[in-house]
Amino acid sequence: MARVTVKNLWKRYGDTVVLENINLEFADHQFVTIVGASGCGKTTFLRILLGMEQPSRGRLLIDGRPVPPEPGPDRGIVFQRYSLFPHLTVLGNLILGLELRRSWLLGRLFGTRRREAVVRAEGILEKVGLAGARDKYPAQLSGGMQQRLSIAQSVICEPRILLLDEPFGALDPGITADMHKLILDLWAANAMTIFMVTHDLKEGFELGTRLLVFDKLRHDPQAPEAYGAKVTYDIPLRRAKVPDLTYVTFGSAQGELRGTAKSKVI
Amino acid sequence: MRLVNRHPGRGAGWLLGVVPFIALLCTYLLGSHIRTAANPDDKLLPTPATIASTLHSYAVEEDVRSGEVLFWADTVASLKRIVIALVLSATIGLVLGLAIGAVPVVRAALAPFVGAVAMIPPLAVLPILFILLGLGEVAKITLITIGITPVIVRDLALRAGELPTEQLIKAQTLGASSWQLVIRVILPQMWPRLIDSLRLSMGSAWLFLIAAEAIASEEGLGYRIFLVRRYLAMDVILPYVIWITLLAFSMDYVLKLLRARAFPWTEMNR
Repeated sequence: MARVTVKNLWKRYGDTVVLENINLEFADHQFVTIVGASGCGKTTFLRILLGMEQPSRGRLLIDGRPVPPEPGPDRGIVFQRYSLFPHLTVLGNLILGLELRRSWLLGRLFGTRRREAVVRAEGILEKVGLAGARDKYPAQLSGGMQQRLSIAQSVICEPRILLLDEPFGALDPGITADMHKLILDLWAANAMTIFMVTHDLKEGFELGTRLLVFDKLRHDPQAPEAYGAKVTYDIPLRRAKVPDLTYVTFGSAQGELRGTAKSKVI
Repeated sequence: MRLVNRHPGRGAGWLLGVVPFIALLCTYLLGSHIRTAANPDDKLLPTPATIASTLHSYAVEEDVRSGEVLFWADTVASLKRIVIALVLSATIGLVLGLAIGAVPVVRAALAPFVGAVAMIPPLAVLPILFILLGLGEVAKITLITIGITPVIVRDLALRAGELPTEQLIKAQTLGASSWQLVIRVILPQMWPRLIDSLRLSMGSAWLFLIAAEAIASEEGLGYRIFLVRRYLAMDVILPYVIWITLLAFSMDYVLKLLRARAFPWTEMNR
């Protein structure tokens, strides 16, 4: 479980301001979905949470303590692609986290300890529907199977925070429903806070207990990089009421939000 | 059908591959026939019969002076040198390449140095090696190692750097330390690259071996070729060259086979 606090957070690259004075507070066990147009800093925000990038100003606290400036086992990540290890089988990928934690010198388990890890991994493979693919290599899996494995790989390490960077963005629309069910089940079964960046507004509404919209409020046509993005909407969601946004494009949905949810603007 | 869309079948492809070899052989036989018809003592293009009898005296009969069968003694001496040098280069290349590719501090310290060393023509260093290390085996092995190691180091460092950042970050979120990252994520993916790199270096390795043997040696394939050159003994040189080619080809083939067998996952990524 993790409480996340973001205080006066800024991020700039040279003269380009990406994030501008972000202030947020997240309680334990939330499912936060983050949406916004391309280039509005939502992935940067996720990378700062991950420790891949440092804030230029401001602070980021997990349970009151500053986030270490590098990735660590308390924060899991699933990227859109390339986060599996091509030289390991499905099982090898899954138990890697256990092996790394229990054998600091070789990063490998043998004998009884390995069997224990394998039993645990097989339970999870069953749960994510990859039991039949146990001995395959990632290159032999479909995109959806790869992402399921990548999620399982993080969850087996029991991170306090799980970060998802457009995890389903490259998948066929047909299988995203299965993936949504999987991630919600895992979130319910594990004590972790999830932050998920997505392009898909509908997905953001469906999955989240809280939806953040990142957008640039001010725009200087002479210096487009002068102002960064802020959190323009911060919407608590109740899962029961899923708005039907299937046919609404991102832009118009945002317009709709501006009309209906103005009170929620920070 | 367009020419670019015409693919030869299995048998036809094999046949087409053999044609240039046969053409070369026929050309040689024809030339040899014409020259020996004009002068039975011709040295430049000896007949197959002459080559066979010379090869017999080299590969089966013992040498009168040394009591050794020269062909095999030469082969063993050369193979020993090149294999030791390849193992040495692979080891140094792997360790340095991994360190430079994976650790930014090491990269800052060593990458420019390795880059500069790689530009030194190894043959220009050969006299230094002979002066410092004497004319024995050490100097020859060192020459080959100096010649191919920088290439392997740079290749592996580049390859290690090409691994997707996502993978390295992911491993860290699974709790990997720097050491674990190297031995569980980077190194296993570098083995097949190392084999590729060795295969590409094989040509240079043989070049440096023959050069070292030609200049100072008492046995070895390169030594023999340069020794008999004075007598225009093409009947020795030609089979030796073919034998060297065959050896190099087999080493390449074995490495290729090893790569496919030991690292099945690399083939699937294509």
